[in-house]
Amino acid sequence: MAATVESVERTAVGGSGGSARRGRDKRSPLARGEGRAAWMFISPWVIGFLVFTAGPMIASLVLSFTDYEMIRAPHGVGLENYQTLVQDPKIAKSLMNTFIYALIFVPTGTVVALALAMMLHKVGRAAGFFRTAFYLPVMTPAVAASAMFLLLLNGQRGLINQVLGWVGIQGPNWTADPAWLKPSIAIVSLWSVGGSVVIYLAALKNVPQQLYEAAAIDGAGPVTRFTRITLPMISGALFFTIITHTIGALQMFDQAYTMFYGPQQKATASDESLVYMIYLFQNAFQFFKMGYASAMAWLLFLIILAITLIQLRIGKRYVYYEGERD
Amino acid sequence: MSDSTLVRTQAVEQAVEPPAAATPPDRPDARWWKRLPFYLGLTVATFAFCYPLVWLVSASLKPKSQVFDNRLIPEVFQPQNYVEVWKTAPVLNWLFNSLTVGIMAAGTVTLSSAAVAFGFAYFRFRFRGPLFGLVLATMMLPGAVTMIPVYLIWNKLGFIDTQVPLWAQNLFGSAFYIFLLRQFFLGIPRELFEAARVDGCGYLGLFRRIALPLCRPALVIVFIFEFQASWSDLMKPLIYLQTPEFFTMPRGLKQLVDAFALSGEYHWEIAMAASVIATVPMIILFALGQRHILDGVATTAQKG
Repeated sequence: MAATVESVERTAVGGSGGSARRGRDKRSPLARGEGRAAWMFISPWVIGFLVFTAGPMIASLVLSFTDYEMIRAPHGVGLENYQTLVQDPKIAKSLMNTFIYALIFVPTGTVVALALAMMLHKVGRAAGFFRTAFYLPVMTPAVAASAMFLLLLNGQRGLINQVLGWVGIQGPNWTADPAWLKPSIAIVSLWSVGGSVVIYLAALKNVPQQLYEAAAIDGAGPVTRFTRITLPMISGALFFTIITHTIGALQMFDQAYTMFYGPQQKATASDESLVYMIYLFQNAFQFFKMGYASAMAWLLFLIILAITLIQLRIGKRYVYYEGERD
Repeated sequence: MSDSTLVRTQAVEQAVEPPAAATPPDRPDARWWKRLPFYLGLTVATFAFCYPLVWLVSASLKPKSQVFDNRLIPEVFQPQNYVEVWKTAPVLNWLFNSLTVGIMAAGTVTLSSAAVAFGFAYFRFRFRGPLFGLVLATMMLPGAVTMIPVYLIWNKLGFIDTQVPLWAQNLFGSAFYIFLLRQFFLGIPRELFEAARVDGCGYLGLFRRIALPLCRPALVIVFIFEFQASWSDLMKPLIYLQTPEFFTMPRGLKQLVDAFALSGEYHWEIAMAASVIATVPMIILFALGQRHILDGVATTAQKG
């Protein structure tokens, strides 16, 4: 089968070989043949885009203006879903929870990963071993990690509070005290911050050594070298991870759902761990409010878009890229 | 393709491969005592990152009453927990399902993304720029926006409670991998393709015999990344699977924990054993593909 296609192509190309040198005329058989082959190669994406991205986007937008619970055909309700969105206290609560989680996780994750990467950079060849150690948690499936941390973070008997007790700290009731649910989830995410460590380490290795030597000659101390050389030189990598982590944090689901949600969830339970994606998931696939959930999805999209655009704008000012960027 | 082309391909392969270990010599301080604090800090950090996994294995071998005792070596060894898991839940099914879904998801996404990436890297055609921009733009779209209509599509097609929706979308490539592989394909010297063309190689031949073999490391990265993503995914199995026998490992693990919660009797030792079972294949994958994975993560950020 593949061989046939190839031989067909070969003859087509053979027939037009002469015109190949005559530049890229749109009319030339070669260009036409090439165009056809190109579309053949990208056709999977084009089909997938139409069926699984563009189509569903439109459908989702339309659904967001309807009342659809899968029993009867959707019927239009105008802006009602969006009005409910504004009034629903759980939307405000879940958005707040998500923001708080992101504000805990993204900065601490960045700082911890950067500190680890800088230490790795200092030890030279031994870095390989430690790098592997930091990456193991990334390989652990989120559900397994969350189940494990549910026990490690146990208020009375968990290992973490036991260790805190050794240094005289009375640990909180992580997984039961409503005030500590979001930090608990952040700890689980923080545990698998190894990916950023790997990225930062690679970026640190690319900082030209001469810069430090020149700075040292000029009498720059370690703090100055860090803020004036290291940070600007790895700002591209920092920026990349901050943006992807923020987008990921705003859509966080696995950890919070595994730890605090499920069929056993009581209606009276605390909403402190209700992140936006969980509430969206519940509306769509537990209450089957497809229209309302679609409106929720678009609100999330707009929020993520706005935050990312703001970050990009800030990034433009502070991020330094070496010339080779295209 | 003639043998001579093959030889040439191999010769160039060595040229294309990034020179190994050409990292600029980073000079850690030569005096070892100056590095000591960093070693100490890293050792503490390594302990913090790795001990939970050790604790997990240990807890999975303890009797119910001792799961929380935080001993490194269980006072009473109870490896039967692993037999008990098998009896409590269809764990073997879950493992097998995760494996097949993972291979399907990773295999299809690697091939389709590579084909699309090659289309964007090699050919010059109308609307290439805008189309590629569109590919990149879809990366920004949160999955939540398309999640519901896509569910309705699979529902209409009668694929609910089957594993097809967990991987079939990968047949159409994935924006991020297309972007990544295109970067690698662009790194292949164009003369190589021209030479093959002169030798009478068709476009499919260029893709199969030059582009794919030369970018094997990148393909491995994509395969591993997607396999890991598929293996760890919770959301899609939650949406699409209802029959416990069809569950994937994370979905099954969640089910197990929920069942204990519902019955009010927590068998954490069983849940921990299941967590170990869910994690071990990923650790094996990491052991096998460590270099690819770590280098892949580092390159990803640089190309991004």
